[in-house]
Order: sequence, then C-alpha cells, then structure tokens
Amino acid sequence: MILTISSLLMMFANLMQQTKKIIQEKYLKNDSGNTTATMIEIDTTDEQLEEKTQELKDQIFDIIRTIKDPEKPATLEDLNVVYENGVEVINQRSLKLYTVRIEFNPTVPHCSLATLIGLSIRIKVIRSILENVKLDIYIKEGAHTTEEEINKQINDKERVAAAMENPSLRDVVEKCIKEEE
Amino acid sequence: MTGKLKAICTLKGHTGIVWNTSWHPKGLMLASCGEDKTIRLWNYKDGDKSTLKCLLADGHQRTVRAIAWSHCGQSLASASFDATIAIWDYKSGQFECNATLEGHENEVKSVAWSRSGSMLATCSRDKSVWVWEVWEDNEYECAAVLNAHSQDVKKVVWHPHEDILASASYDNNVKLYMEDASDKEWTCVGTLSSHTSTVWSLAFDKTGDRIVTSSDDRTLKIWQKYLPGNPEGISVKDGNFVYKCVCTISGFHTRPIYDVTWCHLTDLIATACGDNSIRIFKEEDLSDRNQPSFSCISHVNEAHLQDINSVQWNPVVKGVLASCSDDGMVKIWKMEST
Repeated sequence: MILTISSLLMMFANLMQQTKKIIQEKYLKNDSGNTTATMIEIDTTDEQLEEKTQELKDQIFDIIRTIKDPEKPATLEDLNVVYENGVEVINQRSLKLYTVRIEFNPTVPHCSLATLIGLSIRIKVIRSILENVKLDIYIKEGAHTTEEEINKQINDKERVAAAMENPSLRDVVEKCIKEEE
Repeated sequence: MTGKLKAICTLKGHTGIVWNTSWHPKGLMLASCGEDKTIRLWNYKDGDKSTLKCLLADGHQRTVRAIAWSHCGQSLASASFDATIAIWDYKSGQFECNATLEGHENEVKSVAWSRSGSMLATCSRDKSVWVWEVWEDNEYECAAVLNAHSQDVKKVVWHPHEDILASASYDNNVKLYMEDASDKEWTCVGTLSSHTSTVWSLAFDKTGDRIVTSSDDRTLKIWQKYLPGNPEGISVKDGNFVYKCVCTISGFHTRPIYDVTWCHLTDLIATACGDNSIRIFKEEDLSDRNQPSFSCISHVNEAHLQDINSVQWNPVVKGVLASCSDDGMVKIWKMEST
C-alpha cells in the first residue's frame, strides 16, 4: 500500500514538472507580456491541485475501508461505518497542507467501541500518509450519544499517543488495522 | 519592528515524536525528550555548531512527555507517560537519576520547578496537579494534591517571581493556585475561562502580570493581572488578584497551538502549531494595557515537516528559539531584525 502511494506521489511530481516545462516554453515563446503566462500557470496549478485532492481522497478511503470492526467479522466498509463521501480533503494551499476530514457512523448510538474505531482510523491513516496531511476524525452528527466527548478524545494527539502505549489497547488496534495477506 | 526567524541548526537523534525542550538557565545547553523514552542534552553553540552532549536513557518505561531544568541548573526533572517523574542531578561530571516520584495514577504531562527551587509541580491525565516540596538529600514530599480541574491536565507553569502556580487543561480552563498564608493549605485562587477547547500551554511575561494561553481552539489569549482597588474598576473577589482576558489573537493559526513561550528578554511571543508553522507575535507600540493589540511579525511556514510540539526562548541569548516536532527533529532558530 505504501509503495502504491509513493509511486502515485512520484507520478504527480513528474506531472508537475512537465507542466512547469510546458508553461515555461509557452511563456518564452509568448513575448506579448507575462500576465497571460502567469494566469495560465495559476489555472494549471488549480487543476493539478484538484486532481491531487481527489487522488488523496481515494487513497484515504482505500486505507480505511479495510479496517476490521473490533467485534464483528466484517470491515468498516461492509458495516457502512465508513463511506466514500465521508472523506473530505481540504487544500490549505498557502501552508502547503491538506486537511483530511473523516466522518464515521457507529452502528448503534451508544456503541462503546466508537473510540476504538476512531483510534484505529487515525493510526492506520497516519502510518500510511504522514507529511503535509492533517487529520480530523468525527462521528457523523447525531449518530452517538457522547459524540462531542469522543470527537475531542480521538483528535487529541497526546491522548492518542498515550493510548497506543497501553499494551492491551494497542493489541486491539493492531488487530483492527492489520491488512489481510 | 519586523523580523525574520532563521533556522540555524537542526539536531537529529531522536526517533519518533519529540515532545518537549528545555533550555538550561545559563542558556548554553538544551534538553529534549520524546517518544523514544530518552532525554538528550545538546551543547548550544552559535551557528550550526551545536552537538549532542549526552543521552539519558533507562529513566522511563514509556514516552518522556516533558522536561524542566531547575533554576539553579543542577537538576533536571522529566515527566513520563509511565506515570512517574524522574529527577536527574549533575554530580561529579555526569547526570544521574537520583529520585523517582510516584503518585499519579497515569500519564504525567508536565513538570515545573518553582523560582526558588524549593517546590516542584506536576500534572496528569488523572485530573490532578501535585505540588512537591524539595528537601535535602533527594527527598521529595507531596505538599498538595489539587483537584480543581474536571479533566486531563496538560501543563503546569510557575509565576516567574512568586509562588503562584498555573495549570492548563483539557477542560478548556486555566487554574491558579497559592498557598494560604494562614493554614498553609494550597488552594485554587482563580480560573481563567474563555477558551472553547483544550488549553495546551501557557506562559507568563517577565513581570508575571500577564499570561498568554494557547489552545486547541486555534487562538491565543492574553490575560492581564488586576489587584484589588484597581483604577480600571475590575472586580477582584477574595482579595488576592484576578487575571482578566484582555486580548484574543485569532485568524493566524489553522490547527491546535501546542505551545507558547514569552521571551523575558525581548517580550516576543512564539507559538508552536499543528500546521507545521512557528509564528512570532509582538505587542504593538502604543498598545493600551487594558486592551492590547499584537501583530504577527514573523511566520515560518513548514518550520518542521509535521506538528510542532514545543517552542522555548533561550533565557540568556537574545532572540534564540528552540523547537521540536513529530518529525523527530529539534531545531534552533534566531530572530533577526530587519
């Protein structure tokens, strides 16, 4: 999986370079003024970014769809806990960052395992994609009785780091995020 | 005044998250700690000449979350997710772990020495703040267990001159504590309530009359101290003092602000943010004490490759800043005025 992502990123980087070259060539040929050239560059970059945003969205969903439910012999996708339109990617261009917002829907409103599911999603995503991606994970609005409490906990990096040093909790998370051979 | 923050040195060595840094009071040594359970001491030299001085391992079983030098510079305290605090003393040319403080139920998040060095404060996810008295021969005695917060306590900081303790919490508040002169009991003497999410860190200015707090709500807040009978007419209950929020700095940080440091030499504020940026703030000239305004005079985008967890101004060398990050790096910066 990691290999696929890095090769995709490489492809993207190559594409960017090619585009840059094309723009530069166009700019050099066009003596009429640099305003047009600048505009082309911005437009092209926007398109590229949109493409990259969509790519990232697909990648993230691919990572989380196969996470196993802590209790049932099924994946989060099978149980409709995660779904494609629950992944949103926002591009913070000025900071060169992507903010990824993942929404999930616990099977029952008092589901005691919601925190564990949130934790599994976070750990699996951050292990696969690191730089320039910021992660926010939320329970679908109104889907849980202690929604706000859980949201705060699974988005507190210190609580997550400490949880992962708890051997029994770590074992459960590792089982949930283990890829089938 | 404008300025530019320039990276002068990157210190590599930690594996995984680097959580905290602390300057030795003489400003020539920096300590860092992290997920790899180690503490690293770095010799600070101007330019890119800083090097690793020594490595303190085997003190903790889990992440070392925070470290703090005593003001005399002879002791270093470390707080860990393993629920303990270790005290490292400099004796006969090396650092040795001479005491381990136990008592917290789970992760210890922060540790701080009082100005006089006679007290140590710690806080934990167990919601409590502990004050320890420091005796001769590495004896540490618990003087108070303070349960003013309703949640996880993230940070403890002492007032720069007086024995006033401040703590920041996941319950969105900051609490202040003092020892009652009559019965020698530590009590909560104030609550700073205005943030809408976890307060990650706080810092006093050089006078101790102002506090800056940083939060998960993406804002900084400046709090001004008012004494009883103040000319502004701010009500002070209980006869001590009150810290009132006089300024909210918003619109700059786009992720949680994990740490804030207020320079006692230049009065500049620096922040460590989850958006990989370090920002420097300065109070504007002619700013009103009761309604101050601050401007962002420097913003270093991609200061680290991941979340920045801590920033600390060097206490002696003007304009020198240390930072550390999830990316495993410790960096030293210099503020250059332009």
